[in-house]
Amino acid sequence: MAEILSLPEAVAGLVRDGDAVAMEGFTHLIPFAAGHEVLRQGRRDLELIRMTPDLLYDQLVGMGAARKLVFSYAGNPGVGSLHRVRDAVEHGWPCAIELEEHSHAGMANRYAAGASGMPCALMRGYVGTDLEHHTRVERVTCPFTGETLVAVPALTPDVAIVHAQEADRAGNVQLWGIPGVQKEAVLAARRSLVTVERIVDALELRPGGTIIPGWCIDAVAEAPGGSQPSYAHGLTERDNGFYREWDAIARDRERFTTWMEEHVL
Amino acid sequence: MSGELQTIVAARALRGKRSVFIGVGRPSTAAILARTVHNPGLVLFYESGTIGAKPFRVPLSIGDGELAETADAVVSVPEMFNYWIGPGRVEVAFLGAAQVDRHANLNSTVIGDYDAPRTRLPGAGGAPEIALGCPEVVVIAPHSPRTFVERLDFKTTSGERTTAVITDLGVLEPRDGELTLTAVHPGVDVEQVREATGWPLRIADGLAVTEPATEQETNALRELIARA
Repeated sequence: MAEILSLPEAVAGLVRDGDAVAMEGFTHLIPFAAGHEVLRQGRRDLELIRMTPDLLYDQLVGMGAARKLVFSYAGNPGVGSLHRVRDAVEHGWPCAIELEEHSHAGMANRYAAGASGMPCALMRGYVGTDLEHHTRVERVTCPFTGETLVAVPALTPDVAIVHAQEADRAGNVQLWGIPGVQKEAVLAARRSLVTVERIVDALELRPGGTIIPGWCIDAVAEAPGGSQPSYAHGLTERDNGFYREWDAIARDRERFTTWMEEHVL
Repeated sequence: MSGELQTIVAARALRGKRSVFIGVGRPSTAAILARTVHNPGLVLFYESGTIGAKPFRVPLSIGDGELAETADAVVSVPEMFNYWIGPGRVEVAFLGAAQVDRHANLNSTVIGDYDAPRTRLPGAGGAPEIALGCPEVVVIAPHSPRTFVERLDFKTTSGERTTAVITDLGVLEPRDGELTLTAVHPGVDVEQVREATGWPLRIADGLAVTEPATEQETNALRELIARA
């Protein structure tokens, strides 16, 4: 059963130095408030897992909180580079970072395998690309057809953090709009935290909504606006202007650090 | 303007097509333009999970709220890749890249050595499996020797299913396994395209000249961009 906690309490109880942490949300519902709390609590040496690192992991990497990044697309969508991630990879600033990269299909299948309790997932892909030689995949032969397939290892993060529109008082969570891989991430992880825009007496079930039962979640914390500058469908708007502004903020080490000190720490 | 014509030619490639997979930027603009001018029934797939999105504006990200609000269906990322893209249910894919080689293989991973890159690019995203699953792949890229290279620094995506590469100078199509210039845009000469290509470019017999943009195409494109 999920405990309803304050965000600082929830992060303090669930996220430890050295953890493999997946903060998911595919462009939509990115858990910025929780990620910022992880930074404020000074967590270090994290293995950060996310299909699209986005601005949130640019911030965590730029502040030196990560030793490793597991991802499939590290760009600022529609804008360009994630300059803090690039600086860490290209120049080791503020510290060197290990990369483990996949394709989106690979990452999605890795989460699905983790959620299924399977050691790996099978898929077509990777064969004939250089990615096959730079990441963790193995060719396997289909026992029924003889086709060459690829096995990708399950993702089983120590902790998953996602954001959703609402939860009830028992910690049952509902999200709607683009569902991404949030349900998979929560079910694949050993521990989980869901931040929500609001806690309500009873969930009003939405067509196409995704429900994550409270008994699958460790903690729920209310964090209104907690996915900004990403968004919570129906409740907040994506701040496209900020995504554009971030390019100039993150390009410069000093400007980035000052911005983080003023707005996050 | 050559960039405009590139988008317009990409939109024309979607005449008569049932569905297209698109990322952000010029591919997205071209697909929305195709829905406006040529093919109102065209089904747009974005990898965020929105199927049949009908955006009025060009989205900044593939997950903009308008895409989910106007979609016929919104699915999870595992479902998008495993049920829709993998089995070939999306007819055409539009892809971009930092580097393209003569076999239409693409690099969107690194410039320089993988372990010590000069430029770390965003990475694969959905491209490798999109290029494996969709029956037709159209690459949209700026024509320069930095992009059209003799040798990729990293092969992110295979070019096996690529049917056309649309640039701001013309159109390349595979002929006997190698990208060959089959059309130039009006006012572009072949020498200019050769100079912008990092390998000795083959020129098709009967090289065509792209139809100039019609007033309808140009107006629709400019209106679309002005809305963003």
